[in-house]
Parts: sequence; structure tokens; C-alpha cells
Amino acid sequence: MSRETTPREDLLRGVWRENPVLVQMLGLCPSLAVTNSVANSLAMGLATFFVLVGSSLLVSSLRKLVPHEVRISTSILVIATFVTVADMALEALVPEIHKALGAFIALIVVNCIILGRQEAFASRRPVGRSLLDAAGTGAGFLVALVLIGGVREVVGSGSFLGVPLFGEHYQPWVVMILPPGGFLTLGFLLISLAALARRRERLAAEARRRATRGELATEGA
Amino acid sequence: MGDLVWILLSAMVVNNFTLAMFLGLCPFMGVSGRVETALRMGLANIFVLLMTSLCAWTLETFVLVRFPFLRIIAFIVVIASLVQIVEMAIKKLSPTLFRQLGIYLPLITTNCAILGLALFQTSRGYSLVQGLFFALGAGLGLTLALVLMASIREELELHDPPAVARGMGLVLVVAGSLSMAFMGFAGMGSGA
Repeated sequence: MSRETTPREDLLRGVWRENPVLVQMLGLCPSLAVTNSVANSLAMGLATFFVLVGSSLLVSSLRKLVPHEVRISTSILVIATFVTVADMALEALVPEIHKALGAFIALIVVNCIILGRQEAFASRRPVGRSLLDAAGTGAGFLVALVLIGGVREVVGSGSFLGVPLFGEHYQPWVVMILPPGGFLTLGFLLISLAALARRRERLAAEARRRATRGELATEGA
Repeated sequence: MGDLVWILLSAMVVNNFTLAMFLGLCPFMGVSGRVETALRMGLANIFVLLMTSLCAWTLETFVLVRFPFLRIIAFIVVIASLVQIVEMAIKKLSPTLFRQLGIYLPLITTNCAILGLALFQTSRGYSLVQGLFFALGAGLGLTLALVLMASIREELELHDPPAVARGMGLVLVVAGSLSMAFMGFAGMGSGA
């Protein structure tokens, strides 16, 4: 991307059009491992959001002080520091969720989305833009996690955020909250998104064809 | 002895790192196109996992007991340097192997299975020998999942899936079915 981007683009790009999980297929491990309920997805998404924004802030403010050769190691150390903070904060504030997420909080360090944003954006852009970019990407990750977690919890336990939806006769698809459900949910989500994109393309092509035909008709008349 | 065999089997099939715990998905999705590369990636992983287990245990026992809040930072730094050292050693000792492993070796640093192994080993309080068996089991499990996935994907290339399902969507659904097959092992040994 050599073209200059506007601040608005920096913020919005990561949320949907270049969504880290659904489009770029990054950070798959956490987005499948902890999304068996909406609450866990939210906690994981918010923790990652915090680490991403914090690291981007620090990495981009230090970008002129850090020699180019050691920028990746520096980024990793910064990320690891913020992950330690997030780990301790979650343990103190919401111990049940911290227990449910287990080692995956610590594993935010190796989430490639975060290192990717530091390397591609924060280590070479001013602080403000980097913060926007990090917030957008973090929000995109949160959206994807809640989407996957929502599908899995509604289908797999018949509830949303712990509130039962279907009454007591609903037979939950237990497989959806077990590990295979993670793969299947993301797989079918990607397939549905691809189907939607194709449909939109077809409709657009049809509209274009109709427009040209209309022009020809007016010219003929 | 039975205990050690159980740790190995549990990490390999019952709680397979990739298919049941979602660790190491990047190589699982990225290099599972060909059986041969999948096997090589698996072997490189086994090696790094064993070395990590050894280093993590030493670090935890002698240093981190006093500074538990430094655990995440210390582990990631050790893993990154370890991969670098292994890379240099292999380059010196066996240039052929080095060429064959290629880009996969440095990629192992960001493989969450490695950091995951170090963290799980610590939180479960494994001894040195138990940790090594755990690492071996995890590595064999990763290799098994990679090779299975690669064989399926080689077959898939001969077929003609619907256009919307081409690419990652189909791979994920296949991984889901594979993971379902591994669920058959779930609960094994919990009564023992």
C-alpha cells in the first residue's frame, strides 16, 4: 500500500473490509479456542484489544529510538509486557473468566495479528494513526470473535450470554461448543461470506448490464 | 512408566494440540498442502518442542520460582533465541536439512504450540522427564494432524468443490471433521 490513507480509513479498514480473522485469516488459534461462549469471546476480544492498542502506542512512540534491526524483538517484548498486565488484571477482576481462558491469555503474545500490526504499521507511522489502526484492527478481532462465539453458543447451548433462548425442549448441538464446532463454525462463516460476496458481484454486474442497455435504448430512440 | 506413556498418549491423541486445543493452527493451515512438507514441518516442531521443554523446565525451576511475573516475557525470549540457535546449529551441521526446512524453522517462533507447551508444562507441574514425554507427545500429535490434513488436501485437489467453498472455508470444514474423529478419544483415561 503506497497510497496515503486517510485517518478514517486507518480506523475502519480493520473492522470489516480487512478483518483480521475473517479476511486475513490471522489469529486463528484464539478465535477458535475460546469462542465456545459469548462471554469468553468478549473477554478475549477485549484483552487483545487492550494489548494491541497499548503495544501500538508504545511501539510507535519509540519508533525513532529503536534501531531498525531490533524492532521485532522490541515489539515482542512490548507485547509480552502488556500481555502480563492483561493477565494479572483479568485474574484480579474476573477470576472465573480468567480460569476459563486459561493459558490463552498468555498466548496473546504469539497472536500474529498484534505483531503484524506493529511490523506493518506502528513501527513506521505516527502515534495517532497507529492508535486508530490498532483500535480498528482490535475491534475487527472483537467482532469476529463475538460472531463465532455467538453462533457457537446459540446453537451449541441454546443461549446467548447465558440467557436461554429456545425454552427447555431445545436439544443443544453439543458438538458446536466442543473443539470441532470451532472449525465448522468458522468454515461455514467463511463459505457464507464468500457466497454473499458472489451474490453482490452478480447483482452489480446485472445492474451494470441493465444500465448499458438502457443507454443504448435511449440513444436508439 | 505407565504414567509417562499416558502423558505421551494424552498429548498426542486425546488432547491433540492442534485438533482439540487449537494450538499451532498457523502451520496446520499454512503448510498442510503437501504430505512431504507437512512431515518435515512436524519433525522440526518435535525437535523445537523437546528443546523448549528442557529450557522451560530449567528456567522455571532455577529462576522463575522467584520472579513468576516475568514468566511470559522470559519464555518468549527463550523460545525466540532457541529457535535462532537451532537454526544456526542445523545450518552448520547439516546444510541439506537446513535447505529442506527452509522458511519453516524461523516460523516456529510464532507457533503458539511452543509457548503453549511451556506454559502448560509449568501449570501442570511436570518434572523434567514428564515434561520431555509431554513435548514428544505434543510434537507427534502435531505431526500426525499435519500429515493427515495434508493427505486429505492432496486428495481434495482432484475434486471439484463448489466455487464458494474453495480455499480456507473448505479446509476448515475438513479440519472440523478431522477434529470430530479425534473427539472419539475424548474421556479416554479419565476414569483411570
